[in-house]
Amino acid sequence: MPNTTLILLIILLPLAGFVMLGIYGRKFFRNTSGVIATSLLLLSTALAFYTAYGYFFKYGKTGGVYQKLVPLKYTWLQFSPGLSIDMGIIIDPISVMMLVVVTFVSLMVHVFSLGYMKGDERFPTYYAFLGLFTFSMLGLVVSSNIFQIYFFWELVGVSSFLLIGYHYDKPSAVAACKKAFIVTRFADVGFLIGILVLSYSSGTLDFNTLIATLTSPQTNEYKNAIAASFLGISALTWGLVLVFIGAAGKSAMFPLHIWLPDAMEGPTPVSALIHAATMVVAGVFLVARLFPVFAIVVPSALNLVAYVGAFSALFAAVIACTQTDIKRVLAYSTMSQIGYMMFALGVSKYGGENGLGYTASMFHLFTHAMFKALLFLGAGAVIHFVHSNEMKDMGGLRKLMPITHLTFLIGCLAIAGVPPFAGFFSKEEILLAAYQHNQSIYWIALIISALTAFYMFRLYFQIFWNKEHHPHGEHHGEGGLSMMMPLVLLAIGAAVAGFIPFGHFVSSDGTRLDTGFHLQFSIAPVALCLAGIFIAMRLYKKQNAMPQKLAASLKGFYKAAYHKFYIDEVYHFITKKIIFNLIGRPAAWFDKYIVDGLVNATGNGTEDFSATIKKFQSGKVQSYAIYFLAGAIGLALLFIYIWK
Amino acid sequence: MNLSLLILIPLLTAILLLLLRNAAQVKWVALAGSALQLILAFVLLYTFHQQRIEGNTAQMLFETTYNWFPSWGISFHLGVDGISVAMILLTAFVVIAGVLVSWNVTKMTKEFFFMLILLSLGAYGFFISLDLFILFFFLEIAVIPKYLLIGIWGSGKKEYSANKLALMLMGGSALVLVGLLGTYFSGGVHSFDLLKLAQLQIPVQTQMICFPLLFVGFGVFTALFPFHTWVPDGHSSAPTAGSMFLAGISMKLGGYGCLRIATFLMPQAAKEYATIIIVLSVIAILYGAFATMMQKDLKYINAYSSISHCGFVLLGIGMLTKTAITGAVLQMVSHGLMTALFFAIIGMIYERTHTRQVREMSGLLKKMPFVITLLFIVGLCSLGLPGLSGFVAEMTVFVGSWQHPDTFSRTATVLACLSIVVTAVYILRAVTKIAMGPLTESFDQLKDAAWNEKLAAIILLAAILAVGLAPNWLINLVSPGAEIIMQKMQ
Repeated sequence: MPNTTLILLIILLPLAGFVMLGIYGRKFFRNTSGVIATSLLLLSTALAFYTAYGYFFKYGKTGGVYQKLVPLKYTWLQFSPGLSIDMGIIIDPISVMMLVVVTFVSLMVHVFSLGYMKGDERFPTYYAFLGLFTFSMLGLVVSSNIFQIYFFWELVGVSSFLLIGYHYDKPSAVAACKKAFIVTRFADVGFLIGILVLSYSSGTLDFNTLIATLTSPQTNEYKNAIAASFLGISALTWGLVLVFIGAAGKSAMFPLHIWLPDAMEGPTPVSALIHAATMVVAGVFLVARLFPVFAIVVPSALNLVAYVGAFSALFAAVIACTQTDIKRVLAYSTMSQIGYMMFALGVSKYGGENGLGYTASMFHLFTHAMFKALLFLGAGAVIHFVHSNEMKDMGGLRKLMPITHLTFLIGCLAIAGVPPFAGFFSKEEILLAAYQHNQSIYWIALIISALTAFYMFRLYFQIFWNKEHHPHGEHHGEGGLSMMMPLVLLAIGAAVAGFIPFGHFVSSDGTRLDTGFHLQFSIAPVALCLAGIFIAMRLYKKQNAMPQKLAASLKGFYKAAYHKFYIDEVYHFITKKIIFNLIGRPAAWFDKYIVDGLVNATGNGTEDFSATIKKFQSGKVQSYAIYFLAGAIGLALLFIYIWK
Repeated sequence: MNLSLLILIPLLTAILLLLLRNAAQVKWVALAGSALQLILAFVLLYTFHQQRIEGNTAQMLFETTYNWFPSWGISFHLGVDGISVAMILLTAFVVIAGVLVSWNVTKMTKEFFFMLILLSLGAYGFFISLDLFILFFFLEIAVIPKYLLIGIWGSGKKEYSANKLALMLMGGSALVLVGLLGTYFSGGVHSFDLLKLAQLQIPVQTQMICFPLLFVGFGVFTALFPFHTWVPDGHSSAPTAGSMFLAGISMKLGGYGCLRIATFLMPQAAKEYATIIIVLSVIAILYGAFATMMQKDLKYINAYSSISHCGFVLLGIGMLTKTAITGAVLQMVSHGLMTALFFAIIGMIYERTHTRQVREMSGLLKKMPFVITLLFIVGLCSLGLPGLSGFVAEMTVFVGSWQHPDTFSRTATVLACLSIVVTAVYILRAVTKIAMGPLTESFDQLKDAAWNEKLAAIILLAAILAVGLAPNWLINLVSPGAEIIMQKMQ
């Protein structure tokens, strides 16, 4: 049985770091905060590995099936009988895997930051925020209640806001953190309403009960939920689509992706954390968590997931080929890879062999965490050295930064899908799943493989080759041990993680899934990937005029891709022009001149009226006499002529 | 526990304040008096809880009755249920924080603190009255000090705002009075006693006339659209403690009245008018939020956002489910704490920068980390971040509202949900502009919060966290009260 205290400790240790450093960091731990936070997280990571070992190899299986265990459930907020937000822990293959991924990547980021952020004025605050971020994500992955996940979902949002806006005196960072928060918040409205719909349909907020109720055809809840409701679409479909909108917002799926590229305004290690292990994978995780409902009951919603994922993957890959800021390239590559995970879930079915896509998606999430963290931290090391994000300021760094170079290369090979690196295995499974269930997506995925290899090696060659002599001279450019060690560890992960028989541990229904290796099937993607690398090498290994020529020949399309297909401009137009001018301004105007105007008019009207009638109260006896006389005559006339 | 203490302590404090001669003594006495109120509120919470544990299931606890005008059916009838206890706690928290942030008031210090304590007296009396006549009496006591607080210690166009606020609230009170008298004369028992009246079946025709009078009358206090325009002007002209009391206490008198008097006494009419209430509250929520987006002055931002947030109170009441009504009360508590803290912080910023214009401030986080960190926290509470009180209240209202399966209620709930994005937009725009970015040069010498400001902020923050992190105690306190109101519906 799982040890509840230890699992709680995994989650609460980073929180303890946040509270301690957040309140007392500036006073007492100005220099030691990094070490404190890192050691707390080291402990947390060790416990996560221990838990994973226990779950996967000791107590997790009953009758050959990995169970969903709920060692802790505490009623946090009781809405009504049956509906409550419980703070609980769910232990199942995906949550245990995520515990390991989140703590490990976060630990690497903590260690890396010891060197990267050294001497920063707000060092304790930085580590406090990292702790909050890690805590929120850990809380999210173990959530046993759909409202609990929303709770941590929002905390993830606010932690990313704090970290993206860490350099708060830079206007661009302020804009980016606001954008990230508001865009994901917009998606969260979908999630929130989706929760309300699902909870009303199933009568519960608890994940296990909810999934069980909504997937068993004999219950009344099920019958009501799949009956057509609003606009002829069933309540359940609405609920799942709305939840997916929330997931798409956090996972930066088209068209809610616009916050992700800007999010690199945060310190680079933070980007590694956001892109590899927290935040963006939350959406994928949410779909995976509700996967049985998606797959068994509402395949149409799952189709939506598949197409949104595939389109986002392609869209981002095209943009990534044109960007010149290395962090932006990586950001779009993240969006593209998350798209892979999404459509892998989208093409999957539930149970047994048909659940390959599910396993593949989780596998890719796992391997991606390794190589994307590696790539971002590598980029961080480069940026730390050259003090620029732009490719044109780099080049020829392979001699100056040999370890960064080597590890970055491993990361590129892994993400491109070159065997035997990690990405190859997970991508191969995804492609196979797509091939089996949805051919059109398979073809899109093949194109993306080639594009991925191209843009990653374009990046690689531009940073480490291209120019022979770097303007920074010949001096050694590696960071200290704290920056080196995470790179090496992650590189080892990115190199060998693919050999894990992932299907044995994680599958849609908890049973053992043998994914195997299909040689004839791998030929096409690997060939395309090598072709992509080759083209990138010809174009970017040495300085030449070919890239410009190519860009010029694709003029309009290149420009559109370079400007990210103008999606930002569209949003800008909608928010600034339409919402502010057509809703906000009229609302404020209406309030000031109509509603308040009426109030003032009542007041002024009363005053004017009294000003008029007060003249009658003049105090002059003569006028009173006239009024009296006039009244008497008037009454007399009335009596004489009208009433007789 | 003897509930009269809740009136006596502020009364004695107020009298003592009048006798004192020097400003320092006045401040300390006011602080001691408000601390005593807070202690008393906690004692009340504890004894109330104890009674409930012991199995006392009466609707009202600690009832006491003194005959006053027996021939007219007026008695000094006091008693509390969970909802009143929650409001009393809220009042006590806001009062002590308000006293603390007013530490540097130099103009007519004695009178200022006297007004604050008098206002709290009115509020406590209002929340514990079970007789409609004395309830009205205390309601008026709570209105008049506000006129003076704004008119004398205010800023900007203070005379205009004071007049507007007092006249609109008096107008609301007048409607309430007519409604109360209507209830009194049609009930047939000639009694102002709330519990006695609740026993009766008030004829539906009377309900249909009296309910709107009472609901709109109390609604004016809680910024019911379109009777909300006193809110922005009143808040922005009031001194810091005045704004805190307005938002934290006065606006809650209205919500409490709508629930305790209008809805509780006239359930049939409440059902009939629910549609209109829901429509008006959704308008308030969205329209208030969009109007906030265009404001440039910090106090106006918070005042307009109060209109939006109080819309949730009315929405919860209009939805008439137990969960939604519980949510409405939670929202009152949450909004009271959060807005009081927000105004306290705005006051601290204004005292240092001498401006409330958002565009004139930038990068203040560097100079006043404590104040600005709290500004962040309170902003996040306002936009409903989990772990803070706003989330708990709003989610309870949403879940409660969703219990109605009809399209109308669903649409209303979805529209109300949309406000959480607009809230995020206006809060982040204002807060990031003030806190982040390069520091405005002229603000180079600003100092962070002083002890009294820190203490005030921490007291309110503690309450916000107590609701936000472990909401069940408050829900368990409030929901039996909501349950009784719902039982009368059937």
